[in-house]
Amino acid sequence: MTATGTYTPRPGAAPLGRMIATQAALETKMLLRNGEQLLLTVVIPALVLVLFSSVDIIDTGQAEAVDFLAPGVLALAVMSTAFTGQAIATGFERRYGVLKRLASSPLPRWALMTAKTASVLVTEILQVVLLTAIALALGWSPHGDPLSVALLLLLGTAAFSGLGLLMAGTLKAEATLAAANLVFLLLLVSGGVMVPLDRFSQTTQDILGLLPITALSDGLRDVLLHGAGVPWGDLGILAVWAVVGLAAAGRFFRWE
Amino acid sequence: MRSEPVVQVHALVKRYGTKTAVDGLDLVARAGVTAVLGPNGAGKTTTVETCEGYRKPDSGTVRVLGLDPVRQARELHPRIGVMLQSGGVYSGARADEMLRHVARLHAHPLDVNALIERLGLDSCGRTTYRRLSGGQQQRLALAMAVVGRPELVFLDEPTAGLDPQARRATWDLVRDLRSDGVSVILTTHYMDEAEQLADDVAIIDGGRVIAQGTPEELCRGGAENTLRFMGRPGLDVGSLLKALPADCTAAELTPGSYRVIGKVDPQLLATVTSWCAQHGVMPEKISVERHTLEDVFLELTGKELRA
Repeated sequence: MTATGTYTPRPGAAPLGRMIATQAALETKMLLRNGEQLLLTVVIPALVLVLFSSVDIIDTGQAEAVDFLAPGVLALAVMSTAFTGQAIATGFERRYGVLKRLASSPLPRWALMTAKTASVLVTEILQVVLLTAIALALGWSPHGDPLSVALLLLLGTAAFSGLGLLMAGTLKAEATLAAANLVFLLLLVSGGVMVPLDRFSQTTQDILGLLPITALSDGLRDVLLHGAGVPWGDLGILAVWAVVGLAAAGRFFRWE
Repeated sequence: MRSEPVVQVHALVKRYGTKTAVDGLDLVARAGVTAVLGPNGAGKTTTVETCEGYRKPDSGTVRVLGLDPVRQARELHPRIGVMLQSGGVYSGARADEMLRHVARLHAHPLDVNALIERLGLDSCGRTTYRRLSGGQQQRLALAMAVVGRPELVFLDEPTAGLDPQARRATWDLVRDLRSDGVSVILTTHYMDEAEQLADDVAIIDGGRVIAQGTPEELCRGGAENTLRFMGRPGLDVGSLLKALPADCTAAELTPGSYRVIGKVDPQLLATVTSWCAQHGVMPEKISVERHTLEDVFLELTGKELRA
């Protein structure tokens, strides 16, 4: 080829780091632009926090309402982003051929999943900052080791991501939308987020205690409310969910 | 230029459940523009998607730029550009945003602004993908396929549903790609698209390639051309036939309406008119019909292309 034209081939993949960063940035932008997603990830957790700590509807025992609610709302925030939001977004990306189109781009699949995780973590950081600020303004006084909190949030993210991706990669987008919202609502009510678990019968408590949302809110509450050490039991439950969920997602996820 | 094959498909079989979509298909595409032509359900998309690495062959081999599209996907994907038949874009993304994103996944992308202008995507403004018109969505998908400066571009029905102007813009881009040394594989069920753009046409039906060649070769090989004229009824067709080359046929279809089938060239036309002059016949409404790919297709498959 003598002359170089506009379209003369010059193929090549961008450096991996740049690909992952640009993919994560786009995913985050899409999430923050989506009204329904913002409702789930920001508005509902903030409302739960503000409403139920200022209005005395729920009996939170001896603790100040905000001290009881703040850890639960942080758990809710993780679930809303890593599970509900990610499931719905990924389900529709699958449905509209976004995952398919990206699969033939230079971006490897594992890098796409890494970018999705990064996007979830960035969103969670924004949520935690916002919700913490609201809680502190409402008079929250957190205790405990921030490292335990970070560990709980990370394992919770892994557990919910696995379940969310499993749903997105196996069900139809509409079914994912309905199911993810339904699960969100059920777990919001029954997972110890805003209703103390001891309102339920002992058998129900034992079962609910094995759910990832319960383990996460319970662990966060142990640390932040009671100043407990590393909540190994809850971390263990989250770890099992994470391993099972991610393995199942890896096995059953269909890209189109 | 037309040297090494860019795509080699050998004895490809692909089934979905009990339905066989591709049934022992052989296809060799060389540098330049190759059109894969066939009716809906012929196996075009399945073939192309196997080349893109989306589907694993049930049997047979596929090589694209010498690589196995499934096992060597990492190596292949940066070198090809893919335009899916539909979708492929975040519903909440703007056209320029998505195009810039795909550009950033490549090492040496095209100038995104120039490409946006060229394909008229600047008219999309801040509209998100789901609210773009079908034509805008198509052009965005086309832009996404070429922005990474690939060696080989796969376009799956790139002009389906486009208005004539947008169609022409797409054709112009394909021609520019070709002249800059990019190879293009495009599927279409528009005959004129294949005739206008392709160096090579593969006609697919029932999951197999039933004919392949340049548009000229296919038109020549498949069917002869037709010359028609009107004259006095009852002319001596036998005498006309004697004047014509051996492989021609001539007939009076309805009184005064004559048809000659054969290799119609200027010499044949001269032979017919001079025969008319010798017999004192004034031929009227002389027409020459060149056989198109459409005729070839109909002849080969017995089907209309867009059934």
